[in-house]
Amino acid sequence: MALLQISEPGQSAAPHEHRLAVGIDLGTTNSLVATVRSGMAVVLNDELGRPLLPSVARYGSDGKVEVGYGAQAHQSSDPRNTIVSVKRFMGRGLADIEHVEAMPYEFVDAEGMVRLKTAQGVKSPVEVSADILRALRERAELSLGGQLTGAVITVPAYFDDAQRQATKDAARLAGINVLRLLNEPTAAAIAYGLDNAAEGIYAVYDLGGGTFDISILKLSKGVFQVLATGGDSALGGDDFDHRVFCWIIEQSKLSPLSHEDARLLQMRAREAKEYLTQHGEAPITARLSSGEFVDLRLTTEVFNEITHTLVHKTLGPTRKALRDAGLSPDEITGVVMVGGATRMPQIQKAVEDFFGCEPLNNLDPDKVVALGAATQANLLAGNRAAGDDWLLLDVIPLSLGIETMGGLVEKVIPRNSTIPVARAQEFTTFKDGQTAMALHVVQGERELVSDCRSLARFELRGIPPMVAGAARIRVTFQVDADGLLSVTAREQTTGHEARIEVKPSYGLNDDEITSMLKDSFTHASEDAFRRALREAQVEAQRLVEAVQSALKEDAHLLSTLERAHVESCLTKLQAVLLGDDRRAIDGAMDALSKGTAEFAARRMNQSVQRALAGKKVEEI
Amino acid sequence: MTGSGFDNLQQDHFALFGLPCRQALDVAQLESTYRDLQAKVHPDRHAHLSDAEQRVAMQWATRVNEAYLTLKDPLRRARYLLELAGHDVRLETNTAMPMEFLMAQMELREAVAEAKEAADVDALDRQHRELKKRIRTELEALQAALDAADLDRAGELVRQLMFQEKLLQEIDDALALLET
Repeated sequence: MALLQISEPGQSAAPHEHRLAVGIDLGTTNSLVATVRSGMAVVLNDELGRPLLPSVARYGSDGKVEVGYGAQAHQSSDPRNTIVSVKRFMGRGLADIEHVEAMPYEFVDAEGMVRLKTAQGVKSPVEVSADILRALRERAELSLGGQLTGAVITVPAYFDDAQRQATKDAARLAGINVLRLLNEPTAAAIAYGLDNAAEGIYAVYDLGGGTFDISILKLSKGVFQVLATGGDSALGGDDFDHRVFCWIIEQSKLSPLSHEDARLLQMRAREAKEYLTQHGEAPITARLSSGEFVDLRLTTEVFNEITHTLVHKTLGPTRKALRDAGLSPDEITGVVMVGGATRMPQIQKAVEDFFGCEPLNNLDPDKVVALGAATQANLLAGNRAAGDDWLLLDVIPLSLGIETMGGLVEKVIPRNSTIPVARAQEFTTFKDGQTAMALHVVQGERELVSDCRSLARFELRGIPPMVAGAARIRVTFQVDADGLLSVTAREQTTGHEARIEVKPSYGLNDDEITSMLKDSFTHASEDAFRRALREAQVEAQRLVEAVQSALKEDAHLLSTLERAHVESCLTKLQAVLLGDDRRAIDGAMDALSKGTAEFAARRMNQSVQRALAGKKVEEI
Repeated sequence: MTGSGFDNLQQDHFALFGLPCRQALDVAQLESTYRDLQAKVHPDRHAHLSDAEQRVAMQWATRVNEAYLTLKDPLRRARYLLELAGHDVRLETNTAMPMEFLMAQMELREAVAEAKEAADVDALDRQHRELKKRIRTELEALQAALDAADLDRAGELVRQLMFQEKLLQEIDDALALLET
C-alpha cells in the first residue's frame, strides 16, 4: 500500500516540482507551441499529429469561433469573417497597413489600432491573436496534463513598443502568464547555439510570413549577446505572394475580382511560390466565380524578376545592423536561416552572396523559434537543470525619444541598447510661469516627430510657476527585459511626479482589456473565477517557496527583528493560501513582497560581491 | 549586517567592475566581469522568484548595463572620468574650438552634404571609414591627455570628438535612408 507523504514543516512537498512552461511562436502564417521534455525541446502537435497551427481565425455567422486548419478551409468561401495574417495588424492603424485594397475585410479605423468587422461583431487584432493563443494554450495543457505556469512568446525583433504591447495584451486575454517576450531571431540563436555549441559572431536572417528581422549576435561561453538588430516589420513571404497575385491578374487580364476570387488567387499565388522552391516552373490554374478561367505557368525566372526588389529590401537593414555592430560581412562566423520564406532559392543565394558564405540550414526554419522559446521558458519558470547556465542579453530595435520644440525628436535611448536599460534626460519650460508640460514619447530613427511612431502622450502638471528655463524636469525612460517602456517625469525642485506605462495610444487600455476579459469570462462562466483563484494560489505558493529558500540560504543577512517581520508576513500568507478569498491572498502576497524588498537587495548585493571576488583588482 | 542593500547600486562604474579608474581599459576584463555580473543579476535569472527580487534584479541589470556601456565606449569613458574628477566639460556653453579643426570639419560636412544630395553610397561609406579613423587617432590623444591629468585639454578633445561623432551619426542615418 502506498503511504501518504508528509513533508517537514516549512518545506514544500515537492520542492523541485517541474513547472509547466511553453514557448509560443505566434507567427504571421503559422503558430507553434513547444516545451522542454526530459531536457529536450519538442514541438507539441495537435491531436492529428500536426505541429503547425495556421494563424487563421474565423468568426462565422453561426457564432462559432474556429481557429487553425478548420478556419483556413473557409478562407476563400468566407473571406470577410476569416482573418489571416492578423499579426500584420497588431499595434497598427489603418494608414500603416499595405495592400488594404486587396484585403476582403471591413476595417474600422479605431483610435490607435485598426479593428475588423465580422459576423460576430467588431474584433481587435488583439482579440484575434488571443483566440489563436488560446488554441495553443489548450493544446499545451491537454498535452502536458496540467495548467501552464507561463509562456515565452516570441515577437519579431523589429517590433516596436506598440506591437509588443499588443502581443502581451493578447496573451493576457488568452489567460497566459507571459514569462517573457522574446525576439524571434534571438530564440532561433538559442536553439541553434545550444544545439551546435556554437561560438563566434552569428547573423540570424529571419524572413517570416509578414516580418523580416536581421540580428547579429556574439555567442561566447554560454552568453548570447545581441550586438545589433534591424529589419522591416512589414516585409515577408506574404509580399512575395502578393507580387505573384498581381502578376496573375495582369497576365490573365481579369475583371475586378470578388473577395472570394481574390482570396482564391492569393492561395494559388502562395502555392505557386512554394512549388517553385523545388521546381523550375509552377502551374497556376483556377476557375473563378465570374466564370473566368486562369491557366498560367510561372517560371523561376519570372518569379525572381517580379520579386527581386523584395529580396533587395532585406539587404538594407542587414547592412545597417552590421554597421551598428561595427562589423563587416566577412567577420560573421555563420548565418542562421529562419522562417519559411528563407526556403526560396533566391533568398538563399542573396544571403550567400552578401555574406560570402553558405547559410546554415540544418534546422527546421519553421520550428526553430518555438524550440528556442521553449528552452527559455523552461529556464524562466525555474526548471534550471545543472549546466543550464546560459544567459541572454538582448537589445531594443528602435530608438526611443521625446518631442521637443519644433517637432524635433530628442533621443533618450538609442537603438541597440542592451536591455534592461534606463536613461534620464532633463528638460525645461518654454514660457514664464508655465505650470504644465506635455510630454510626447516617440519611437524611431528619424529627426522629425512626424516621421516617428507616436507611443504615448502624457502631462506633468503642478510645476511651480518660474521664469522660462528655470524648471528642471527630469524624464526617465525605463525599458524592461521584455523591451517594454515606462516613462516617469519629475519636477526636480518640488519632486512632483507623473508616471506612465506606455500603453494607451497604441495598445489597448486596461479598461478595454478588463471588459474583454469579462466577456470571455461570461462565456466560460464561473470556470474563469476558479482559474483566477487557482492562479493566485499557485503564485502565492511560489512566493512562499522563494522566500523560504531565500531565508534558508541567507538568513544571516537579516537582524533578528527583520527576520521576525519577514517570518510573520510569511505565516500570514500561508494562513490564507489555501482559502478561496483571492483578495486576502493578494494582500498577503503584497505585504510579503514589500517586507522582503530590503532582504532581496542585500541578497543581490552579496551575489554581486561573490561574482567580483576572485577577480583581480589592479592597483588604482 | 549594517547599511542598506541598495547602497552598492550607487558605487562608481569602475569600482563596480573592479577596474582601475583610468582611461586605459582592460577590455577582456571588462567583458568577462560584465558576463559574470549579468549572470548574477539579470532578470532572467530571477524570473521565478518574488516580485521584490525581480525588481531588484531589474535595477541591478540596468545599472550593470549602464556601467558597461559607459566604460566600453572610450569617449563616454573619458567624459565619465572628467565627471568623476569634477571637471565640467560645458558641452552646451563652451563651443570654442580651434580654427583649424573647425575648417576641416566644415569641409567634411560639405562633402557629406554633397554625397547625401547625390545619393552617393560609396562616397558616404568612404567618409564614414575615414572619419572613424580620425576619431581613433584623437581618442589616443585624449587618453594621453587624461593620463597626464591635463583636464582642460581632455575637455577640449571630448568636445571635438562629440562633434565628430554627431557627424558620423549623420552619415550613418543618411546611409540607412539610402539603403531602404
